[in-house]
Amino acid sequence: MKFIDEYCNVELSQRLVERIRHKSAREVRLMEFCGGHTHAILRYGIRQLLPPTVEMLSGPGCPVCVTANADLDKAIALSGLPGVILASFGDMLRIPGSYSSLQKAKAEGADIRIVYSAMDALRLARENPHRSIIFLGIGFEATAPTIAASILEAEGERIDNYYVFSIHKLCPPVIRALLQSGEVKLDGIVCPGHVSAIIGSQPYEFIAKEYGIACAVAGFEPLDILLSIDMLLAQIESGKPEVEIAYRRGVRPEGNLRAQEIMGQVFETCPATWRGIGEVPQSGLRLRQEYQRFDTEKAFYVDPGPPREARGCLCGDILRGVKWPSDCRLFGQVCTPEHPVGPCMVSSEGSCAAYYQYQSHEAALSK
Amino acid sequence: MKSTEDRILLAHGSGGRLSHELVQKSLVPSWSNPVLNRLDDAAVFKLSGRLAFTTDSYVVSPIFFPGGDIGKLSICGTVNDLAMCGAQPLYFSVALIIEEGFRLAELERIVTSIKEATEEAGVEIVTGDTKVVPRGSADKLFINTAGVGLIPEGVDISGSNARPGDKILLSGTIGEHGLAVMSQRESLEFKIPIQSDCAPLNKLVVDMLAASPEIHCLRDPTRGGLATTLNELATQSKVGMRIDEENIPLQEAVRATCELLGFDPLYVANEGKLVAILPPTDAERVLNQMRQNCYGREGAIIGEVVEQHPGRVVMRTRLGTSRLIDMLSGDLLPRIC
Ligand code: SF4
Repeated sequence: MKFIDEYCNVELSQRLVERIRHKSAREVRLMEFCGGHTHAILRYGIRQLLPPTVEMLSGPGCPVCVTANADLDKAIALSGLPGVILASFGDMLRIPGSYSSLQKAKAEGADIRIVYSAMDALRLARENPHRSIIFLGIGFEATAPTIAASILEAEGERIDNYYVFSIHKLCPPVIRALLQSGEVKLDGIVCPGHVSAIIGSQPYEFIAKEYGIACAVAGFEPLDILLSIDMLLAQIESGKPEVEIAYRRGVRPEGNLRAQEIMGQVFETCPATWRGIGEVPQSGLRLRQEYQRFDTEKAFYVDPGPPREARGCLCGDILRGVKWPSDCRLFGQVCTPEHPVGPCMVSSEGSCAAYYQYQSHEAALSK
Repeated sequence: MKSTEDRILLAHGSGGRLSHELVQKSLVPSWSNPVLNRLDDAAVFKLSGRLAFTTDSYVVSPIFFPGGDIGKLSICGTVNDLAMCGAQPLYFSVALIIEEGFRLAELERIVTSIKEATEEAGVEIVTGDTKVVPRGSADKLFINTAGVGLIPEGVDISGSNARPGDKILLSGTIGEHGLAVMSQRESLEFKIPIQSDCAPLNKLVVDMLAASPEIHCLRDPTRGGLATTLNELATQSKVGMRIDEENIPLQEAVRATCELLGFDPLYVANEGKLVAILPPTDAERVLNQMRQNCYGREGAIIGEVVEQHPGRVVMRTRLGTSRLIDMLSGDLLPRIC
């Protein structure tokens, strides 16, 4: 589009593409951690530009997709409690749980409100002093600080009808879990953009040091992504894996210290269950002792029944990078964005949604 | 003098004395014209020729946003619907559905902005209605407007008229209205210098038609954005479209905000832009004329109509790759990650 800036410059990206083509003699396998990256890569046709030797796998970086059915079921059950308003990011509403979805629960009468941030939910709490407001706290390190801030604000204002159902997840621990399992062989990782704006690039050091895998933090503009791929290939070529930043305007090595501090003040790490990956130690966030009165787990009891997985859905395998959306027999036939079977087809960061939106069309066009 | 605390009561909609007072004091003087002032059960006026007639309901929240409000929007939206058929908008109805407890001062602000928008567009409000509903039955204020307009001789504009070879013109930068409205949600913790582009486009259309009566299609890319509008036109005309990302005008603030939220500006709503499709021989002439008008200053030729891939829109990205531009599926939601 019509604006001049260094990270969308066509000429620069063409030079980068040339360099990437030059560098990639041997086959390499890279993973883009974030669903946002998967979407950008497909949206801008970056695959069309990469040489066949460079393979890109999608990772588990879609907060909505990795939410386990057990947690989603619990959220749906919470929304049905009398006097409760459940506040959620819009992306969660259409995700099919074991038995229902938030969208269905809403249509059936549950008071579920779409919010854009935890601060919205806190406002609901102020405006509805006689209701219990439960904020569905999902997301990675990029969203957790705002939620922590909302709890501090609630504390300061002595708001006593605001609760958080914390199913936050942390990125570095799950990357470790993926690498430890040895299930996927990777040469490089395109590390998260917004998450890294908070935590910085240092938490990824172990990937390069312990696993010898190249790392580059990338933004979501096409040039950021090309630059990160170029950095990864250079590291692989030289045999010197490290953590580089291809997103200088957004990320500093140490991250956002203030945000980290707020997050640490309110939350502590805990084990968390990821869809398809299972329980990963220290990959979740729960409220610290001092803030437990804001914790839904302490204030409400629900029993949504045993979680079930949708039959035939490969989301779990896709999130681990071992299967592609095209491997799923339901993809595009039974499962579409309008009638999703699994979360990866619904979320705006889901892999199946990205492939459906951009790639099935490529096929249609080449016909 | 009214205090700022004066509010709309249920009685304002009862049809009794308060209703009359509201209409007589707050609405009619502001929108005054001979047809309206008679206050009969229906507006009576003469019109002859080919008529265009349209209606739309406005439920935007929040009702005030940078660059406009629900009142201005309710006039511009209906003016533009008529203008996109090539019609000159003339007579309008305005129906207000007000939530009990709504501030009178805010209502007056909106009435004034309706008046200003009608003056700019050159249309008259000739009939109207006011209802008050109990608190909670509506979100502050809903407005329905309907309008009639006259289509000049020789003008034949329809979404099914695009032909291979035609050029696609866009009247300016995209994405401002959608982001301006969203930025007013208290929760978005960043202030963005983006104003809604909400504007009546009928005079721009008159200028463009003066430069070439051969305009095949006109449409304003409102909800669903430019992407959805182009898809509608491609489907309706059974043609393909190719557009060039580099030629699509975009403000830097919109680009940056979209990047942050994970939006694609092609899908963000506009309220003061139009897409025109016309024969290549007239494209430059219409573009030049368009740029003379304050609402078309940043107009550009963004692509062309092709025979291939009917019903589909393909964009050459700024990386030189091609990407299929689909309709919006579901809602535009900010990314979480
Ligand atoms: S296509 Fe649908 S069912 Fe298959 S893996 Fe993706 S989300 Fe699951």
